[in-house]
Amino acid sequence: MISNSSKLLSMLPIVLPLIGALLCFVIPPRWRSFIGLLFSWSTLAACFGLVWLLATRGLTEHHLGGWEAPLGIRLRIDGLAGVFLVLTGMVGVPVGHFAMSFFKQKQPASRGVPFFWPLWLFLWASLNGIFLSADLFNLYVLLEIMGLAAVSLAILSGKAAALLAGLRYFFAALVGSMLYLMGVVLAYGSAGTLDLGLLGASLPAESITVRIAFALMMAGLLIKTALFPLHFWLPEAHSSAEAPVSAILSALVVKASFYLILRLWVEVFDGSVTFAAAQALGALGGVAAVWGSYQALRQTQLKRMVAHSTVGQIGYLFLIFPLITLSPGWEGEAPWLTSAWTAGIYQALAHGFAKSAMFLAVGIFVLAVGSDDKSSVLNMVGRLPMTTFAFALAGTSLIGLPPSGGFVAKWMLLKATFSSGQWWWAPLIVWGSFLTAGYVFMILRLSFAPSEAAPVKALNPVPKTLEVTALALGIGAILIGFRAEEVMSLLEIASPFAESVQPVTEEGGHD
Amino acid sequence: MDIEPHQLYAVTAGMVFCMSLAGVFLCRHFFQKIIAINMLGASIFLLLVSIGARDEDGFPDPVPHAMVITGLVVAVSASAFALGLARRIHRTTGRTGFSDTE
Repeated sequence: MISNSSKLLSMLPIVLPLIGALLCFVIPPRWRSFIGLLFSWSTLAACFGLVWLLATRGLTEHHLGGWEAPLGIRLRIDGLAGVFLVLTGMVGVPVGHFAMSFFKQKQPASRGVPFFWPLWLFLWASLNGIFLSADLFNLYVLLEIMGLAAVSLAILSGKAAALLAGLRYFFAALVGSMLYLMGVVLAYGSAGTLDLGLLGASLPAESITVRIAFALMMAGLLIKTALFPLHFWLPEAHSSAEAPVSAILSALVVKASFYLILRLWVEVFDGSVTFAAAQALGALGGVAAVWGSYQALRQTQLKRMVAHSTVGQIGYLFLIFPLITLSPGWEGEAPWLTSAWTAGIYQALAHGFAKSAMFLAVGIFVLAVGSDDKSSVLNMVGRLPMTTFAFALAGTSLIGLPPSGGFVAKWMLLKATFSSGQWWWAPLIVWGSFLTAGYVFMILRLSFAPSEAAPVKALNPVPKTLEVTALALGIGAILIGFRAEEVMSLLEIASPFAESVQPVTEEGGHD
Repeated sequence: MDIEPHQLYAVTAGMVFCMSLAGVFLCRHFFQKIIAINMLGASIFLLLVSIGARDEDGFPDPVPHAMVITGLVVAVSASAFALGLARRIHRTTGRTGFSDTE
């Protein structure tokens, strides 16, 4: 039963940031932070309202403009969408507060700073749209908006390094979008519809066109999610951006394309999924987890270290694909499936909080000392204890130490690895954790250095807001680990994963 | 062998897509890459229009046409942004490619 209020509510997460972005474009720059934060909080409230609606009334759908399938665009809120909506809101609001304070503090202000709020709100609208939309072409348009907004944010500082990294990011994003669009065209040519649900039901699974479409869409989205070896654009783009922008890019933007990969894998193309493809994705993810963490360990600059860490943590996300695809000829129950997909979602959530906290903390260190080098962290535990604590909490979640959200994710991932008998992923997961511990503890050890070792005696002033928001996100990464049951029960509402357990056949797809 | 027009267009679109994809990665100058990305878009639009015209006796399917129009707008905006950014990079650093050593 879809009431008018629920229809309105399902559009608010997209419409509110859009209106906010347009307003922020036209009002004078000194009001933009205030209006931007106003709209941020109301978007967060709308996302919570939608999740409450989901919890009380179940799956909600809304056909835009009253046009029904197969022609119309459908907005669909299920558990998976709700979880990602709330993640974006709960990371976006603290980062917004950080940005307001940060850009006031950082002198000289770059020319692009007045455009932060319109661009960030446009980006947020596109992210919410990606989570809610159930139409392939609508998703393409939203992906393009996301790419344009994200690249514009990345080049906000106007420095040469940021411009070059931004253009490389833009080319990668455009190639990804084009590959995705070619896949959409082939899928439409095969099935005659663009709606995700209808496609899942009516795509001819055995046809080669559908397999090529699947491969193209996956390739495009993998470039956007920066899975090894397609991660070439990420470290420079994320490290040369301003601190709040790096947090948004690493925590939220890469998750949107991962969300789409999940949707395609489970809802749309589950007839074309092969066991080999799943193992290949898992292998790339495992290599990414080790390679990214190893590269992070080798860096001497703080922001580059955190950006390489993102490449590593994204690898963990892809380790769930071989665990949710059963091998051919499997008979009987597969009780690890719930662990596997919950692990993936939890990794996305925990990484969102932890990476944003880490980028904000590192941004504070760079602001205070004026240098991006590792030595900026020396003696920080005495001079900026709150920020160091935020960094430590974020690191705890990234390594996967209890009681953090990252621990829940990696624990469930290891459980699923052993229950399903695919033990070969476990060494990669553990090795990645060791390397992550390496660079986190390296920074923490430096921060405990005595005050005689510090490079500068007087720090630039750091407003309390910056430290408090970084700490809030760090605490969020830990708290998520405590409320696992609520998140899992939310995920199960109309979840695309809660379907019958079927093994993949020899040729691919299910019987 | 009787090749229908839409099949010919589809094969052409595929070939142009592959060539442009190679071009994006192998070309050195920013403008060459941007043109290659536009050609990627052009091949996709050609395929879309040919899908819309598959039924020779009836009316063409309007949904692919709508997709092409939207895609054109997106491609124009993206190209404008990429060109502006490439010009800004040239003004700031004098470079015309990522691996410029001048």
